[in-house]
Parts: sequence; C-alpha cells; structure tokens
Amino acid sequence: MSVAERIPTTHRGQVLTLTAAAAAWVTVYWVNGWLWDTLLYNGFGMDPDARLTGTVHFFVYDTIKIALLLVAIIFIVTVLRSYMSIERTRALLGGKREGVGNVMAAGLGVITPFCSCSAVPAFIGFVAAGVPIGVTLSFLIASPMVNEIAIGMLFSLFGWQVTAIYIGAGLIVAIVAGWVLGRLGVQKWVEPFVFETKLGGQVIDSAAGLAFDQRIQMGAEEVATILRKIWPYLLVGIGLGAVIHGWVPTDFFTTYAGPGNPFGVLVAVAIGVPLYSNAAGIMPLVEALYDKGLPMGTLLAFMMAVVALSLPELILLRRVLKPPLLAAFVAVTATGIVIIGYLFNLILG
Amino acid sequence: MIIKVLGPGCTNCKNLERVTRQAVDALGVDATIEKVTDYPTIAGYGVMATPALVVDEKLVLSGRVPTTAQVRELLTPLAV
Repeated sequence: MSVAERIPTTHRGQVLTLTAAAAAWVTVYWVNGWLWDTLLYNGFGMDPDARLTGTVHFFVYDTIKIALLLVAIIFIVTVLRSYMSIERTRALLGGKREGVGNVMAAGLGVITPFCSCSAVPAFIGFVAAGVPIGVTLSFLIASPMVNEIAIGMLFSLFGWQVTAIYIGAGLIVAIVAGWVLGRLGVQKWVEPFVFETKLGGQVIDSAAGLAFDQRIQMGAEEVATILRKIWPYLLVGIGLGAVIHGWVPTDFFTTYAGPGNPFGVLVAVAIGVPLYSNAAGIMPLVEALYDKGLPMGTLLAFMMAVVALSLPELILLRRVLKPPLLAAFVAVTATGIVIIGYLFNLILG
Repeated sequence: MIIKVLGPGCTNCKNLERVTRQAVDALGVDATIEKVTDYPTIAGYGVMATPALVVDEKLVLSGRVPTTAQVRELLTPLAV
C-alpha cells in the first residue's frame, strides 16, 4: 500500500492528519538541539569540546534536522508545483525565439515539475513541437541545477542572500549555455529520429483537473519516494560532514582551497562533475565545509557541478544527442559553473 | 481493452503498472496490459513526462503515479 493510500479520504481526516503532522514537525525540530546536548553531555557524560563528541553531535543533530527540512520542503514544493506541468511549459515556449526563449526556458525549468528520467521524451516533445534546440537545452540545464529542494535547504541553512545568488547564478549558466549551444548550429548532432517523430494523440495537461486533496496526496507520496531514494546519499553526506566538522583542522581547507588558491573553484568543479549525489545529500557537506572557512563561491560551484551534471542523466541524453553535442553540453555547462564560482568568490570574498 | 504503460522502466513506471494491475483486477474487466519502453513510440503518443497510461490507443494519464482508486475511476467509463 502506498503512502497516499494511507491518508484519510475524508476532508476532515485530512485536515486533522496535516495539522498533527505539522505539530509533530515543529516539536521535533524544536527539541532536536536540546535533546542531543542533554543526552550526549549529561546522559553519556561526553566532553563537549572533544572531537568525537563534535562529530557524533553533528551527525545525529544534522540527520534529524536535514530529514525534517527535507520532508517539509519536498511536500510544499510538490504541492505548489502540481499547478505547473511540462505541457504548459512547452505551450509557453512554443514559437519563442532564441534569446527570450532561453530566458523563459531557464525560468520555467526551475518551476516545472520534472524528473530527469523524463529528459528524453521531454526533449523529443519540445524539439518536435518546434522549440529551438538551444532553448530546450536551457530548460534541461536549469531544471536539475536550480533545484527547488536545494533552494529550500540553502535558505534554511544560509539565509536569503546565498539563496538568491544560487538561483541567479544557476539561471545565468542555463541561459548562456543553452544560447551558446544553440548558436553552434547543433542540429546535425541531434539523433535524426527526434525530428522524424510525429507527435500524435491529444496532449494531456498533467496539472489540470486535480482536486486539492490529490495534490496533498502527491506531496506525501513524493516525500516518501524521494527519502527512500536518497537516504544513503544523505547519510554519507552527513557522515562526511560530521568527520570534517570534528577532525579536519580549521586552517586545512583555507590553506589548500581557500580564497588564496587560484585553482580552488576549478578543483571543486572537477571533483563535483563525476560525483553523483543530489542537492539534499550534498548540503550537510557544504555546511561543514563552509564552517571550515571554504569560500561560498567555491561551494556553490561544487554543488552545482554535482547536481547539474551527472552520469545517469548524460547516459539518458545520449539517446537524443550525439557525442560531440553531449561533450559540448558538459563543457559549456562546466565552464559556466567555474566562471560563476570565481565571480562570486571575487564579489563575496 | 488494451492498456499500455508508457515509460523507460523507472521506479515510477513499475509503480504505475502495479496500480493498474490492481485496478484491473478490482474491476474484473478483461484487459491486456502491455509495456511500451521505446522513446519514439512514447513521444508519439504526445507524452512528455513519464510514466503515462494509454487505454485503447487513447492517452488518459501522464506524468504521475495515481492511486489504485484513481486508476479505477479512469478505467470505469472506458470498460464497456
């Protein structure tokens, strides 16, 4: 039985369930810090200044904090996004020229509910409907890179400035990268079957005609699906964050990857591209590294490289893009991320 | 009736197939369930977000995994 089927079907039952869930959320979030302080320092008599204590405290406290944030963010984002659909996005992009189209595609890439597993049918659907390839690529770059869950997490952990920078930077990379790739005349590097596909049937708008309780169900279902999928990444990320928090000397990263190192961003992106995680799993790591004095531009570049370019998505895109275009896609996006990283280290540093 | 589950074989597609089988069993209709995994055919139905459900060549749902009850509601008027 799926999670959605466990939610009461009556309106009253749903309101009660939601209220109870919200109350439980606030309570746990509230007592999380106090609970571990009391338990570790008083209960087990651990020394608050010892490294091991710091590591253990970071791990247990962050696991619960991040899990709570994720539940709330995924639920709210899914319910809000259920009002938008990829079919509406295509209708909005149809007939738009490059330039304006790239800007719109990047913006819509952020708010359209989209799973990278649909990258191929979406690409075919866009291109076969006459959306320019560069505009389609802007959408496909922005969608994973400016991730709503990452937005929510960054906002909760670092405040609105960093969040605004992340959104702005991600949009700029997606707009420029898509525009550049479109300018390169990449038609010949798209697999021919894409242009031969005839769009048949009638289009169903997946956002239309849903009752509010269906959207609530979708939200609950999505929370369960995503948490089930990402918990190993999350624990590895928090574990690494905890080890860094407790054991890495404060000046270690500032010496080797701090503002003084001209290759810092380059190295961060080079590590981030092959690394496959998700925005949520990477966040505890970013938090711990930031505490150790790594510059925010480097960290944002690292995070974007991890979420925007991943091997599974590239393997999917290989179905529609020939190797030269795929290579250009990776190169242009990675270059954009590197430039953004340096720019923000310069501005914020 | 012929029901097609469209999707490249991701978790969502398997979930959609599962709830569809449950709905068909619950309704007791005579239906064959097929899987469509190749992208040109999927896109040919006008689908841009998988998983999707096609009943007798007509697209009835795309981009989400419904509950068994919702599939039953979708199939009931079509099962003549």
